[in-house]
Amino acid sequence: MSVLVYIENRNGKFKKSTYEIVSYGKRLANGLGSSLTLLSIGRVAEDELKNLGAYGAGKILSAETDAPLDDKAYASLIASAAQNSGATLVVMAHNVTGKALAPRVAVRLNAGLVSAVNGLPVSYQPFVVSKKAFSGKSLMQAEITSDIKVITLSQNTAGIETFAGEALIEKIDTSSMTSGTKVVSTEVQTGKILLSEADVVVSGGRGMRSADNWKPLEELAGVLGAATACSRPVSDEGWRPHHEHVGQTGKVVAPNLYFALGISGAIQHLAGISSSKVIVAVNKDPEAPIFSAADYGIVGDLQTVLPKMTEAFRKLKASS
Amino acid sequence: MNILVCISNVPDTTTRIKYSADMKSVDYSGVQWIINPWDELALTRAIELKEAHPALVQKITVITAGGADAEPTLRKALACGADDAIRVDAPGGDSLFTATQLAHAVKGEPFDVILCGIESSDYNGSAVGGMLAELLDYNSVSAVSSLNLEGNSVKVTREIDGGKQSIETSAPVVLIVQKGIAINPRIPSMRGIMTARTKPLKVVAAAAASPGSKVVGYQAPPQKSACKMIDPENIDELVHLLHTEARVI
Ligand SMILES: Cc1cc2nc3c(=O)[nH]c(=O)nc-3n(C[C@H](O)[C@H](O)[C@H](O)COP(=O)(O)OP(=O)(O)OC[C@H]3O[C@@H](n4cnc5c(N)ncnc54)[C@H](O)[C@@H]3O)c2cc1C
Repeated sequence: MSVLVYIENRNGKFKKSTYEIVSYGKRLANGLGSSLTLLSIGRVAEDELKNLGAYGAGKILSAETDAPLDDKAYASLIASAAQNSGATLVVMAHNVTGKALAPRVAVRLNAGLVSAVNGLPVSYQPFVVSKKAFSGKSLMQAEITSDIKVITLSQNTAGIETFAGEALIEKIDTSSMTSGTKVVSTEVQTGKILLSEADVVVSGGRGMRSADNWKPLEELAGVLGAATACSRPVSDEGWRPHHEHVGQTGKVVAPNLYFALGISGAIQHLAGISSSKVIVAVNKDPEAPIFSAADYGIVGDLQTVLPKMTEAFRKLKASS
Repeated sequence: MNILVCISNVPDTTTRIKYSADMKSVDYSGVQWIINPWDELALTRAIELKEAHPALVQKITVITAGGADAEPTLRKALACGADDAIRVDAPGGDSLFTATQLAHAVKGEPFDVILCGIESSDYNGSAVGGMLAELLDYNSVSAVSSLNLEGNSVKVTREIDGGKQSIETSAPVVLIVQKGIAINPRIPSMRGIMTARTKPLKVVAAAAASPGSKVVGYQAPPQKSACKMIDPENIDELVHLLHTEARVI
């Protein structure tokens, strides 16, 4: 019996979310009285894999391949690894990759799937997990009743723990992988902090007035080392790219700190930000609903408040 | 080419969620039902493609698994521009149950491109599309933000971890779509509403299927404490509180 965690690399490197999911897998294995096996697909140097030992990695299956993500091929590889390692629980991150692969893996293993799970299970026997439902308006507990179980973990809900131990690497064969999709081109975001993994997010709404006004917002983001985001009308208008759209129909984010600048706080926007640890709102309307979701609020005009904020944070950063 | 759009019938996004007294189920009384927002965008793109390539796209079918109470939502999809509809007469279940019902109705039918929204706004499962693809043994591409058809080739843009990719694939394929696939959802016209009444809506019996999970109960999310208001003339106070009280910078 074991827990299998799929770990994703970006250009051969692991991210903070990988350490979270590995140490989460270890805690699950402990809770179930079983062992942890990791599966890496792609080319990752041995040192980078070995580093995962400190987060609880026991055995690491390394499927070295240059094959880009293909839902069917990757899911098939993960499902066979699960079968070969006798996994009764398969875990993936609830990100674009996990969303693509976990459902296919679940079908292959004839397993129940609960996605976007918050942290550790409520109980192991029966296996009950907690997750948000109705886009954050409700919390739900679900029991997975099948013998083999698949879950995806909501980012930043389990935290990172370290363990003593060493990782053992075993290469697995990828020669039978075939792909039904062809990658024509890949565009990687470089030099920018990615919204999905940022600790601080600076987000603007229609109250920013126009695309040209984004410069001061980006300046604040620069000072804070933050990712930039926006509300839906802002991306619909083309002021900002779609991948910055946060909310019910865009991205769900869970940073430590979220700035809502000129965002009214519609329920569909809140659906994407309610897992943020701290929310700061700036709005000229004291009645804006965003203030009932925020922890700190400023009633004022962004034209004057935003530059002042940037200065004040710059001062703090310079002194610390 | 025939396009199938999977539709989830969900409460309007502004619905306040109420529960049964024992907190074991959601109380849907008085709820307004809508096409799941992502499915609505998928349908919109399907209609755009049919308009742009009338010789290539023959038919748009919409499908849902659910009770008779889901039919008004299917009719709305027909009013938007779908040609016919299928309802698999299956009560609610988890994603595995739902995908099994859809696969049962679709298997052997000549659908070339199957579109699913990346998430359903009720249980936020992000699972039915991928499961359906696996059950049908079709290729799938998830997190698709643009879709074009050229002859037999299906060209999409998908979001990947840290960027995006242009992908080419061929029918039959399941595409799991997100924001960007279309911008403004199609709204039914008066004429659309009239013609929708007589468009075919086929009811298919449910397949034998067992779910892989079940809901144990619900809780309301924890209440937020009151917002601390800060004087716009005293931004240093905000910085100070974020640094020393909230400790997030
Ligand atoms: C099915 C559905 C799904 C949706 N999904 C999403 C989603 O995923 N994400 C999303 O964001 N929205 C979503 N929406 C839209 C949502 O309902 C709101 O319309 C949207 O969030 C409003 O965006 P906003 O706050 O930027 O703009 P507005 O509501 O126009 O608010 C602008 C705010 O800026 C303030 N303001 C104006 N000028 C200034 C100034 N100079 N200084 C300071 N403040 C100023 C105003 O007081 C106002 O509060 C969805 C809607 C539907 C129906």
